[in-house]
Amino acid sequence: MSAPAATRRPRRAQVPGGSRARRVVGLLVLLLATAALAVFALGLGDYPLSPGEVIGAALDPGAGFKRTIVLEWRLPRVALALLIGAALAVSGALFQSLTDNPLGSPDIIGFTSGSYTGAILALTVLGAGLDGAALGALLGGLATAGVVLALTYRRGIEGFRLIIVGIGVTAMLTALNQWLLLRAQEEVAMSASIWGAGSLANSSREAALTAGVGVVVLLVLVAAVSAPLRQLELGDDLARSHGVRTGAVRISVVLLGVALVALAVATSGPIAFVALTAPQIAARLLRSPGLPLTGSALTGAFLLLGADLLAQHAVPGGVPVGTVTTVLGGVYLVTLLIREARKTW
Amino acid sequence: MVNEMRGTTTAPAHYTLEDLRLGYGERPVIEGLSTQIPAGSFTAVIGANGCGKSTLLRGLARLLKPSAGRVLLDGEPLEEMAPKQVARRVGLLPQSASAPDGIAVRELVGRGRFPHQNAWHMNSREDEEAIEAALRRTSTLELAGRRVSELSGGQRQRVWAAMLLAQQTRILLLDEPTTFLDMAHQIDFLDLFAELNAAGATVVAVLHDLNQAARYADRLIALREGTIVAEGSPREVITPENLREIFGLRAVVVEDPETGGPLVVPAASRPR
Ligand SMILES: Nc1ncnc2c1ncn2[C@@H]1O[C@H](COP(=O)(O)OP(=O)(O)OP(=O)(O)O)[C@@H](O)[C@H]1O
Ligand SMILES: [Mg+2]
Repeated sequence: MSAPAATRRPRRAQVPGGSRARRVVGLLVLLLATAALAVFALGLGDYPLSPGEVIGAALDPGAGFKRTIVLEWRLPRVALALLIGAALAVSGALFQSLTDNPLGSPDIIGFTSGSYTGAILALTVLGAGLDGAALGALLGGLATAGVVLALTYRRGIEGFRLIIVGIGVTAMLTALNQWLLLRAQEEVAMSASIWGAGSLANSSREAALTAGVGVVVLLVLVAAVSAPLRQLELGDDLARSHGVRTGAVRISVVLLGVALVALAVATSGPIAFVALTAPQIAARLLRSPGLPLTGSALTGAFLLLGADLLAQHAVPGGVPVGTVTTVLGGVYLVTLLIREARKTW
Repeated sequence: MVNEMRGTTTAPAHYTLEDLRLGYGERPVIEGLSTQIPAGSFTAVIGANGCGKSTLLRGLARLLKPSAGRVLLDGEPLEEMAPKQVARRVGLLPQSASAPDGIAVRELVGRGRFPHQNAWHMNSREDEEAIEAALRRTSTLELAGRRVSELSGGQRQRVWAAMLLAQQTRILLLDEPTTFLDMAHQIDFLDLFAELNAAGATVVAVLHDLNQAARYADRLIALREGTIVAEGSPREVITPENLREIFGLRAVVVEDPETGGPLVVPAASRPR
């Protein structure tokens, strides 16, 4: 068939939407920026080191005390910030993609609050330690997801209903969490609240290693469902006509997303808003169609590390990183809501 | 037309539909439907709005599970086949589709390669060639770098067709492929599918324009309220009596001056 001349009209911009080259360059820039921030972070502290010294200390086994500072004292916290940031961001991208809505993020739809409930129950009712709290967070997140999905599921998972039900469940869980804390003995409630603010202050090597293994395993699984998930953006009919098992893909996405959040909450407490913001920022940076998973992971890692640096060094005495992300994320959420409202009305 | 030269009765059936019932929830839309769709045929499905044409195509594409009866694809029950295996043989151009925000034409067309790719879905050389060929055949090569959201309805329709072609299936299910297209592009579009059909593809198309159906299809299936009221060659199906029964339409059928086939001329609703 022949195209009429009319289809050849000159266009406004030659930059095509979502060109692959732009995405690759964007990812490299994100990667470098994150690496640079990490090196900078490893140099910050009571004993400041220059980026050169940091790299030298990391590479040279004979660097002695500096090596101890960089690898033993500071690396676990930096690594955890990167890992948790990536986990939260990818979880956010999965749920936002599934619900096709920028508000469809685990911190909005209750999974983060549910993980926290699980942790509080473990700490207060069962009198467990921090390990128990982590397990409680995992179970709490999964249980909440189960409840939200059971309330939502009707011949398939539908995004908008998931968000509405999730917001309701979040509100109830927040109330429940407060009640549990009020009832608890003072010191238990204290440690639960501190944990509940979301902090990376207690980063140990073991925690970083455990979280690292968990995040890597989950991200590999996410990579395996990422292509069918992208196909779902075409709508169910086309996705299925391409051979995608839409139901199975949705369920795996939900399970992986919940596991990522629960792992993050279990490690560091509920850190709000990274899951909400990182995927959207990444999509804008990379101009990608849909939400880029790798880009989200890098953006989340960068954001959480940056927020943790602010939390440690910008505020005298330091605050939990969750406080910083809540403040920054709150501003973002208000902007997003105003923009969405303008679009609708 | 190439199609009229070929006998379709001897070719083995691609699809055998046996007492098929399809529907959403409890209410059946298609009920007790049995027919065959021969390999290499160009079948047009006609019928009034809401009579179940799209539903039938969804059944053929394995998007809907029959609540009774079965669909056999080359003798094998469709339900028992792996989804990707079906997707390598059957492609669908839905009545309406929406593209992801901001996606470029070439990338969207590339999504049609999904059933041919392994678990990691990296584009191979073969994929790139299929995409290129699909863009070329649908005259969308010059749109390749543009965002789908910036295209006109007709351009977009051609891009969806390119995605279908990139899927490289033997069976093409088209749900009103010519909506949004101007007359010239409608003809171009149907010519394209007629060419693919002549090259061996089996085409099943829902068409609202009866004259196009009569020209391009070698077999017509006329539906009313989910059952077949007439099927056969255009000449057999397009008769004034059938048109009244299918659409409640008063029309005369004359000889198409171009092809000698049937041409529908609706009766004037009031005499002038
Ligand atoms: N997803 C759905 N859920 C419930 N009912 C549906 C669904 N899709 C279609 N139907 C119903 O099934 C019937 C047949 O619809 P179908 O889309 O098959 O009609 P059609 O012949 O393709 O009509 P048109 O010419 O308007 O495209 C209609 O009554 C419609 O309301
Ligand atoms: Mg239809």
